Amino acid sequence: MINKIVQSMAEAMAGVKDGSTVLIGGFGKVGQPDALIEALIEQGATDLTCVCNNAGTGREGLARLMELRRVRKIICSFPRSNGSVVFEELYKEGKIELEIVPQGTMAERMRAAGAGVPAFYTATSHGTLLARGKEEREFEGKMYVMERALHGDVALVEAWEGDRWGNLAYKDSGRNFNPVMAMAATLTIAQVAFVRELGDIDPEKVHTPGLFVQRVIEFNRGAPWT
Amino acid sequence: MPFSRDQMAARAANDIPEGWVVNLGVGMPTNIANKVPLEREVIFQSENGVLGIGPAPEPGQENHWLINAGKQFVTLRPGGSYCHHADSFAMIRGGHIDLCVLGGFEVAENGDLANWATSENDTAPAVGGAMDLGAGAKRLWVVMDHTTKDGRPKLVEACGYPLTSLGTVNRIYTNLGVFDVERGLGFVVRDLAPGVSFEEAQANSAAKLHRPS
Repeated sequence: MINKIVQSMAEAMAGVKDGSTVLIGGFGKVGQPDALIEALIEQGATDLTCVCNNAGTGREGLARLMELRRVRKIICSFPRSNGSVVFEELYKEGKIELEIVPQGTMAERMRAAGAGVPAFYTATSHGTLLARGKEEREFEGKMYVMERALHGDVALVEAWEGDRWGNLAYKDSGRNFNPVMAMAATLTIAQVAFVRELGDIDPEKVHTPGLFVQRVIEFNRGAPWT
Repeated sequence: MPFSRDQMAARAANDIPEGWVVNLGVGMPTNIANKVPLEREVIFQSENGVLGIGPAPEPGQENHWLINAGKQFVTLRPGGSYCHHADSFAMIRGGHIDLCVLGGFEVAENGDLANWATSENDTAPAVGGAMDLGAGAKRLWVVMDHTTKDGRPKLVEACGYPLTSLGTVNRIYTNLGVFDVERGLGFVVRDLAPGVSFEEAQANSAAKLHRPS
């Protein structure tokens, strides 16, 4: 019997190695796997490269992981949100590396990784600072920038519901980066509000088919989320 | 009297026809949605995978799973839909969005836009989806004050700040008026705020303004 459901956060995080590239889903707090980030803090892996749209806010979650000096590099589109104090302090002191990526390029780089596409061309960032050092090429009279696939060793994602085969369904704008991150990583760990019996998630409504997911853990955030 | 920020948003909203799919940047452009009457069916898209955004929810009625790119709670109109980030940006980068409206630091007379970083050495600039939108939308409008707080023109011959996108701005709404960017010509004055003269708009611009032909 295939059973990807795990019962404890320690089991969920088992084997995450130092030096890993960790993809962290969510846009703002929506679809952000808070409980898994806490579990990663607890687990202890260090020297991480984190890929997340924002560079953490406040002093919890990803910001806490950075404050503990466990993040060597962050890859994101928007590091400077309201309250990203930890990142700004570390960056000012040269204690964290930053790779800034246009948001659509970031999503597409992960989709490419999941789809076995090593690189692709996009018009985004042509002629800007973010295209520096990258191959640029003309197609049908227009210039494009080559971008490489972005793989993760680990992806931490949040979904609304999941089952023991790893099938996931998201809720509303909670989908965001989660499906492409689930595709792009070797070990995808999903935090779901509800674990369902196999077959209880309508196959038409499965957003991430189970083969992209290795572990599922139930974590209900409570009000106002469920 | 120059346009107020509210009037700038209303002026831009007035030019959006029914049926367009529109992405509004964070900040001043977001307010444009409030100025489009619901019965004129304009479909608002947000980078985080929301197509068909409706009015802000009533206090207490917020759905915590439903936000826009500015991380504000929103609602979904009947007919609206969700998708993941790569599909959302396929809409943007694949040329499926009729119009994007962004804020700006500078717009050049060739349609270049600078709106994400203030110097090459900016500490941790934040680009978000601006470069995708700047390069991918069918039309790009900019809503911004005509000059900086200390009076420096933002309509320029060439951008001094790092570029967001090259040659893609079509129109600019400022507190002084509405300006089209015409390829090979430059800024053409389409409208001026009540009581603002062509000469006053020109004096506050660092590139030549053309009268409409």
